[in-house]
Amino acid sequence: MRSSPSALVALALALTLPALAGDLTQDRTGDLPADWKAKLQPEGDAWKGVEQVFKFNNGTEPETLDLHIMTGVTENRLATALFEGLVSQHPETLDIVPGVAKSWTISADRTVYTFHLRDDAKWTTGDPVTAQDFYDSWERALTPETTCQYGYMFFPIKNSERFYKGELKDFKEVGVRVQDAHTLVVTLTNPCPYFLHLAAFKTLYPVPMAVVKKHGDQWTRPENIVSNGPFRLTEWIANQRIEMVPNEHYWDRKQVKLTKLIAYAYTDPETSYKLFQQEQMDWCTTIPTPKVDEIKRMADYYAQPYLGSYFYRFNVEKAPFDDVRVRRALCMGFDREVITRDLLKGGQIPAGYFCPKMLGYEAPPGLRYDRDAARKLLADAGFPGGKGFPTIDLLYNTQDSHKQVAEAIARQWKENLGITVSLRNNEWKVYLAEVDKRNFNLARGGWIGDYVDPNTFLDLFMTGGGNNNTGWGNAKYDELIRGAAATGDQKERFKLFYQAEKILVEDEVPIIPIYIYVNQGLLAEKVAGWYENVLDHHTYQYIWIESLE
Amino acid sequence: MGKYLLKRLAQVPLVLLILITTTFFMMRFAPGGPFSGEKKMDESIRLKLEQKYGLDKSLPVQYFSFMADLVFRGDLGPSFKNKTKTVNEILAEKFPTSAYLGFLATIFALGLGLSAGVVAGVRQNSGFDYGSMAAAMLGLSLPVFVVGPVFALVLGLYLKILPSAGYDGPFALSYLILPTITLGLPFAARIARLTRAGMLEVINQDYIRTAWAKGLSEKVIVLRHALRGAMLPVVSFLGPGIAAMLTGSIVVEKVFAIPGLGMEFVESAFNRDYTLAMGTVILYGALLVVLNLFVDVIYGFLDPRIRYA
Repeated sequence: MRSSPSALVALALALTLPALAGDLTQDRTGDLPADWKAKLQPEGDAWKGVEQVFKFNNGTEPETLDLHIMTGVTENRLATALFEGLVSQHPETLDIVPGVAKSWTISADRTVYTFHLRDDAKWTTGDPVTAQDFYDSWERALTPETTCQYGYMFFPIKNSERFYKGELKDFKEVGVRVQDAHTLVVTLTNPCPYFLHLAAFKTLYPVPMAVVKKHGDQWTRPENIVSNGPFRLTEWIANQRIEMVPNEHYWDRKQVKLTKLIAYAYTDPETSYKLFQQEQMDWCTTIPTPKVDEIKRMADYYAQPYLGSYFYRFNVEKAPFDDVRVRRALCMGFDREVITRDLLKGGQIPAGYFCPKMLGYEAPPGLRYDRDAARKLLADAGFPGGKGFPTIDLLYNTQDSHKQVAEAIARQWKENLGITVSLRNNEWKVYLAEVDKRNFNLARGGWIGDYVDPNTFLDLFMTGGGNNNTGWGNAKYDELIRGAAATGDQKERFKLFYQAEKILVEDEVPIIPIYIYVNQGLLAEKVAGWYENVLDHHTYQYIWIESLE
Repeated sequence: MGKYLLKRLAQVPLVLLILITTTFFMMRFAPGGPFSGEKKMDESIRLKLEQKYGLDKSLPVQYFSFMADLVFRGDLGPSFKNKTKTVNEILAEKFPTSAYLGFLATIFALGLGLSAGVVAGVRQNSGFDYGSMAAAMLGLSLPVFVVGPVFALVLGLYLKILPSAGYDGPFALSYLILPTITLGLPFAARIARLTRAGMLEVINQDYIRTAWAKGLSEKVIVLRHALRGAMLPVVSFLGPGIAAMLTGSIVVEKVFAIPGLGMEFVESAFNRDYTLAMGTVILYGALLVVLNLFVDVIYGFLDPRIRYA
């Protein structure tokens, strides 16, 4: 077992690395300054005179509150309030902080994690949250019949993938063990530096198995649900709002300052914006994009970089994009700044790379806009000035902003390279089917990371990957990504990722990276303890309503 | 009359059967499915989900088991999107809201439309006639997606008289005023024009002249004799009109964030939520067919010339 790093090391880490940094292979208990929570407290008592109700628009009706079935952002925002995992994330830095586990130790070979659960972690019923709860929950999540789509979040755990795919029938062979009521031991196949980040992901939170068994699919209904997070569900009016109040049994109850949390289900950002202006809404999680110019001038507006990448896929199996020179020419043949600065205007980051910056990982720059070089490449490929270049189609799902981006890029290609692109839009599900069948020359794509590690982006383009959809594969690339998965050393991993991404965005170019997403929204001035972060992940127990007098 | 009614009643299930069958197969032939998404799910999980929802069976088997559930148990199955609810529950939850709003809009449209139409017809070429018909023309040509947001903006945001959006149960009327007016206005305009036209046609007929000659008051002539005849075109419009209002306007529900069935209707098709889409189509279809039947029957009572043999 490794001992805790000294406070000095912790301080050095905090000083030298950017906000998201931290060597996650270390035992993190005590790693954060002891007073990290004190910094998240209000100054003075003025806030106590204000009604502590936080109202936000959750964008739509959640599909379910079942942690193992949910997939979307909407559901995640509620899961964060209602449930808590072994570990949690610092609201600002997203650093791993204790959750149900008060501490943990990591074996010297970094494959065995021993979590020590706190005695006072309780369900909303007052029953303790035990190691067995996690064991049973994870068994449920991985049982194929549960149809948990995010099962792959468990895959670093030994044998979990085989059990999930039905190749292994006995859950006892999976690397999870209950040592005693408050000690859970997890064994990984390989060292996985981001495992604690996975443990902070909703799919690995505990579900109340007794309730699940009793009510089946309907355990998440308001009259049945039992949870272990800072809040509990009190009212759910379909397509209108969900109300939550503090869970009196939550172990860190004194941290929770809000007395009520209301999540509205307004699908139209325009509606939510109107209510915000009438001060009936404290947080708009999206803004009506046609009004971005007007909204940007408001003091309540925020735009935070988001763990997502916007790009175009080439179909590398069909001419003319089977020729890497043509792919490179198109990638270099337009100016991304025009898209982000003049068109989208929301602070999106123009990117020739695919993986957003995180944890100190910095992607290779990718191919830059270079009209002459692009023309030369195209000429070399047999299409001087675009002559003889077939009309290619660019597929995107029906949405105004996708259309505008596509038009702007197509116009630049026409001017710079002399090639003609015909735009083809399909309704979402049709578009997905077309991309899956690779029925396109060029297709718009977007990817949102599941956790804070480059792996969630870069394993996408491994040969034959389910979401690759370009027809491209490269043995060297695969080897680098696999190598990174088998290495516990963060520096070494990032080096491998860097080399892999270089192949992806500079040498082979099966995709055209365009920009890194931002998350835009409106947050009322009186809301405190809410921080911007790349996951758009907000923990409500740290939020309070400040007095503005 | 009875025979005609029976014949029309017998047509209802037939029309619905054709509707259901067509919708069922059209839905299934649309590309994509309820389980496709940006992140493709594991093959084994997709198979398990298809088993769970019976999508692994052949299409005819699925069709017949759907029909059997529907006919014998009135069960429309589970929703694909809303994982914890059945389609029956969703319809029961959402339809009353849409229907209530539709009901309010119908009352509003009838009240405004009929009175404006009668007065305009009786006082043909007067200032009121020109004014109200110009307003009706405007009401007809302005789409609800313009009228709604303008109302919300002016009365909600600028003047702060009414909430600009939201819904808080059937008794919080302040939330319902703007949606009701927005939804009812085009129908009111239509009704006003139809009533006026009907009035003009009737007012010069012999039986009205007879009534004048008998020395009856204008009020009695207009309301007792003329209106009944003038109502005919309005009544035939009311069938599809009320159906359209009851089933809710998708646009009005969206603009004012009313949690009705209209949104589900559209979203379910986009989401390939097969069962919910079927449920909404069946409900809307049945309403339309039944209301039209109802109108045809009423017609017989109103128009003495129509006799169902």
